[in-house]
Amino acid sequence: MQKTIVIGTIGSDCHVIGSWVLNRALAEAGFKTVFLGAVVPQEEFINAAIETAADAILVSSMYGMGILDCDGLRAKCIEAGLGKILLYAGGMLTVQMEVDRGWQAVETRFKEMGFNRVFPPKTKPDSVIESLRNDLGIG
Amino acid sequence: MGVHLLIDFGSTFTKVLAADTDTEEVLGRAQAPSTVDRDITIGLRNALDRLYAANPVVERVPIERRMACSSAAGGLRLIAVGLVPELTLEAARRAALGAGAKLVRSYGYELSPESVAEIEATPCDLILLAGGTDGGDKNVILNNAERLAASKVTASFVVAGNRVVAGSVAQMLAAAGKHVEIAANVLPELNVLNVEPARAAIRETFIRRVVHAKGLDKAQQYVGDILMPTPMATLKAARLVADGTEAEAGLGELMVVEIGGATTNVHTICDGSPSQSDVLLKGLPEPYAKRTVEGDLGLRHNALTIVEVAGLQRIAEAFASIDNHSSSKPDFQAYAAKVSSDPSLVPQSAEQFSIEAALARAAVDLAVGRHAGSLEETPSWLGGTVRIQRGKDLGALATVIGTGGVFFHGRHAEQILSAALVSKREPHSLRPRKANFYVDAGYVMYAVGLLSDVEPAKALRIAKKWLRRVEA
Repeated sequence: MQKTIVIGTIGSDCHVIGSWVLNRALAEAGFKTVFLGAVVPQEEFINAAIETAADAILVSSMYGMGILDCDGLRAKCIEAGLGKILLYAGGMLTVQMEVDRGWQAVETRFKEMGFNRVFPPKTKPDSVIESLRNDLGIG
Repeated sequence: MGVHLLIDFGSTFTKVLAADTDTEEVLGRAQAPSTVDRDITIGLRNALDRLYAANPVVERVPIERRMACSSAAGGLRLIAVGLVPELTLEAARRAALGAGAKLVRSYGYELSPESVAEIEATPCDLILLAGGTDGGDKNVILNNAERLAASKVTASFVVAGNRVVAGSVAQMLAAAGKHVEIAANVLPELNVLNVEPARAAIRETFIRRVVHAKGLDKAQQYVGDILMPTPMATLKAARLVADGTEAEAGLGELMVVEIGGATTNVHTICDGSPSQSDVLLKGLPEPYAKRTVEGDLGLRHNALTIVEVAGLQRIAEAFASIDNHSSSKPDFQAYAAKVSSDPSLVPQSAEQFSIEAALARAAVDLAVGRHAGSLEETPSWLGGTVRIQRGKDLGALATVIGTGGVFFHGRHAEQILSAALVSKREPHSLRPRKANFYVDAGYVMYAVGLLSDVEPAKALRIAKKWLRRVEA
């Protein structure tokens, strides 16, 4: 069965290019995508996921303040009945300084916030697609 | 004469106040120790005798209406159960506090057998059961209802969770012999707080069930229904004084600080959205009428805790700012110990009044600090900073009202209430920047809250008469 992915740029960030590129790659790889664009509130990701019975929510953040915008998303998913939905985050999730200090810390922080996978800057769409296929159990 | 007799069955004192709604005058007020464990009407009778003795006219006039609130017999003890602690559980807690309840425990996620055992062992009048947005998670609230239905809990239930399963949840509890009311979801959508229907259901359950369970219904023959828990009456009064009526303006956004013997309550009636520009709001939306209660701050039973939490240094500073003429260095700890072991003590000397005021100042400082929102700065990618607000911004709120014994009997109101304002110690706390101070000079707040249900215009004018502006 075709898997449905909700994707967009979260919070106050208006940089849409990263999620746009990824959206296209996902569609070409055979996923059904629901592309929400930029400056998307957490609630909108969740509502779109409920409406489309989505299998995963992918949030992009390109302006370095992803922690601020992503914190609390898992808690809201739980209230909304999406406690087990896959959550991925990627882009420029923190300021460069923190990336330089070590990706591990950023990844841990996002995992503590309830994200299943966290992707560093310069990740290629293929690796996201491969992770999705693994996590959703499709070949 | 339209005389209204307004009664508060408090945990320590039963208070009566006679108000003439035609002339908008308070004819008299009196109090006597509450007698809940024996027969609540004895204390009421004693208070009325004192009222009549001091104001003979009240005994002769026909009474148009008697209205009562109560915090006796432990108040309205409530346990809140929700799903995510920061979301539906927090929404349930806010609904409960706004309904004047005493929040004895709260639980998030699925109840474990240990939690259920703990609930069974906790004296409690009402359980507020939330969980899931409308159309959201169903499993947790259903499981929790199943466990509570199978428990020995005798408290009444108010169900205010996911609308989709509210009926099934109520049915499950009712089938097990529990009393249940259903209210609209406290968090219908992830960014929408809806506490008023749950507050109304809690109040209804209080009137119909809790009052009887506590044996307070003996008073009913004389006073009719006990209409609400006392803190709800204060919150209603605060709201009326802030908003006014259609015909008469109120004082606008305000804060009421209520310092009691065991607790300090803070009520704010304000929107609370950012008062400065470029601020990002995080967290659950805040209720317009918000009450928080500090169970560790009180001028009698919890006087020692005030000293402990604030620290002797801060109490001494407060004392020095109040009593700036004398060079005395009182033993605050000893005074706090004395009044906590004998709560009926009232200050006598000028020094004792200053000590009470110093303790009250510390209580206001701590309680308002916990009530107010905060502003946190975080570096942005572009080099500047982003400011994030959590909780209510009280910066533009311009009226602070003090109520409780320390304001009614005491002195130094300005020094006590100014502790509510912004301070260098907590630069990130969103407290009022500057405010006009008032004290409840007639102990009228609970009475105004009761009266606001039936005679809001008169209640407002009585409140305005008895709220005295404090000059610096």
